Amino acid sequence: MRFFYDPLGVIRDGLHGLLVTVLPLWLADAILALLGVVLVVALVPALVVTAVYLERRIIAKMQDRIGPNRVGPFGLLQPIADVLKLLSKEDLIPARADRPLFILSPILVVGASLMVWATIPWAPGLAPTDLDVGVLFIIAMAGLPGIGIIMAGWASYNKYSLLGGMRAVAQLVSYEIPGILGALVPVMLAGSMSLQEIVRAQESLWFVFTPWGFVAFLLFIISGVAESNRTPFDLIEAESELAAGFHTEYSGMRFALFFLAEYANMFAISGVGSILFLGGWTFPLDFLPIPPFVWFIAKMYLLVFVFIWIRGTLPRLRYDQLMHFAWKRLLPLGLLNVGVTGVWLGVVRPLFVR
Amino acid sequence: MLEGAAVEIDEGLGDPSEMTLNMGPQHPSTHGVFRLILQLDGETVVGVRPVMGYLHRSTEKLGEARTYVMGVVLTDRLDYLAPMSNNWAYALAVEKLANLEVPERAEYIRVIVTELNRIASHQVAIGTFGADVGTWFTPLVYAFREREEILDLFGLCAGVRMNPSYIRFGGVARDLTPEFLEKARRFIDKMPGKIDEYESLLTRNEIFLGRTKNIGMLPPELAKEYSVTGPIARASGIGYDVRRAEPYGVYDRFDWEAPIQYNGDAYDRYLVRIAEMRESVKIVRQALRDLPDGEFRGRQPKTLRPPKGEAYARIESPKGELGFYLISDGSTSPYRFKVRAPSFINLTVLSQLTIGHKIADAVVILGSFDIVMGEVDR
Repeated sequence: MRFFYDPLGVIRDGLHGLLVTVLPLWLADAILALLGVVLVVALVPALVVTAVYLERRIIAKMQDRIGPNRVGPFGLLQPIADVLKLLSKEDLIPARADRPLFILSPILVVGASLMVWATIPWAPGLAPTDLDVGVLFIIAMAGLPGIGIIMAGWASYNKYSLLGGMRAVAQLVSYEIPGILGALVPVMLAGSMSLQEIVRAQESLWFVFTPWGFVAFLLFIISGVAESNRTPFDLIEAESELAAGFHTEYSGMRFALFFLAEYANMFAISGVGSILFLGGWTFPLDFLPIPPFVWFIAKMYLLVFVFIWIRGTLPRLRYDQLMHFAWKRLLPLGLLNVGVTGVWLGVVRPLFVR
Repeated sequence: MLEGAAVEIDEGLGDPSEMTLNMGPQHPSTHGVFRLILQLDGETVVGVRPVMGYLHRSTEKLGEARTYVMGVVLTDRLDYLAPMSNNWAYALAVEKLANLEVPERAEYIRVIVTELNRIASHQVAIGTFGADVGTWFTPLVYAFREREEILDLFGLCAGVRMNPSYIRFGGVARDLTPEFLEKARRFIDKMPGKIDEYESLLTRNEIFLGRTKNIGMLPPELAKEYSVTGPIARASGIGYDVRRAEPYGVYDRFDWEAPIQYNGDAYDRYLVRIAEMRESVKIVRQALRDLPDGEFRGRQPKTLRPPKGEAYARIESPKGELGFYLISDGSTSPYRFKVRAPSFINLTVLSQLTIGHKIADAVVILGSFDIVMGEVDR
């Protein structure tokens, strides 16, 4: 029965038991940790591949088109064809580019977006690591790609890239704050920064169904859209203005890495959003014989669908409108929301719950 | 302001805190091969220099070297999104020059295809405008869906979907078939609902309003100074429409309005185009209802040798006032073949509107002008 609910945990414990019989304990632990890393690094691109396919198909349906349907059944192998194309393209570095920075920046961006996955629990106990400060770690890692993006913009020696990079810094810094204020509410409600603890605190009621939780959820998702540079906050790439923004000069696999990072970010934000607000792996129908991680994945894909839906519908904001929205609307709302949550937790709730 | 293509990019003009950004001729939002040299202070545009001529094919000179009938083909390629209007304007000038009669049925057919073409042209304008504002191509694809049907209708009546060369001197190239009439009626019946659909995506969208309201304000005085015409002028409160000011064909027989807005911003230009599509639907519906029987082309000589003289004909193309000025020296080809291209003349006011806005707005303003480079460069 345990195998059903926590298959990876059973495999891990079995493997660990097997390894310690022949190896010292520290080496067995290290090998297992490494396997976890390999699993995450392999799993996230797999998620991204599904997202690329889903995005193209869903937007095609929204736009009354057919979308990719030639490669494999229903075009399912299209993303693989895309990756093969990108792998076979020439890797161009502009003559006057700053080579070390140019090469380093996609690695930094992808690395940071994979790091987020280190703490995300897929099911009870099914997380690469269970950090006590999981939320803090994720916020820190979500801020890192900004550095990579301005590096790319600066190193490309291209004015469009530079403009994209400058926009990136301003946008990512601005939208981090409302996002953090949104993520703070579940932390206050659960009384813990551990993602697993936060999910356990939602077993009776998901935080999104409380008024402050709902506002925080909206703040978190709006900031999430901005953090992952997607419409209506895709000013960093802004095809109709800046050609392709910070990755104008990137081609082949380096471009694909930026692409991977964007989609990995989208999944990470959806995953963290469903953990913080939508109860993670919990679901009211948990008497059904469905493993918990399926619920988590379903919620994650639901949020990814919302991201895709927004992209199919909305125009882009202008730079100054974006800033006004973050600092004059979202930030006061976030502060107010945190204040209301504090009053509820510290003043009102103790009156009812003794 | 209209300098040749050999403009240096980095001239180090003045203030070192400013940056020169070379937008185009290859850029997703320049609608062809237009080039804008923007002087930027941060993201704010402080100077604009449009550079044209990348699509110059010496159409006017070619028109003088070809016979009159061959000129029809050249006009298709001016504003390639509205070839019917170009055909008509050229045919109108030649008919004035050679005193050709146009049968009643041909006049109605001309109105039908040209107004269908106006809808198609505005569909492109609104769709690409949506893309310029930053939607992920949804309005564009919606608009192109119905534009396809219009092009298929052109395929039915002219034989080809684009560059139809359909309107000829003294009439049209072929008669409308019953199949065309039936399909056109069905299309016209569903079109108002489709326009509502385009509007549902953009017209009241908060972000769209924020991006287009009070952007690229064109006061009516400035519009008159630069002789701006078409939807851009009508969005600035100038009620000038050649179909009303100097009715040609049978436009005076239909019941329709020339839509007008008074703010003169990018949003009003969008509204005027949406309203014009609705009016065109009305005109086509009436023309299909009243379409008389008879000849589709009048009698004309085998070789056209108009008498010596000159003629100027103008019509309201989807972009504005389109005029053809022809001088005949009595031979088989025009002595002078001059086009008053509305996109080109409207574009001259662009730099006035763009200065002081952000880069993102420069793209929106250019998009709201709905230029076609085939016509600008000729």
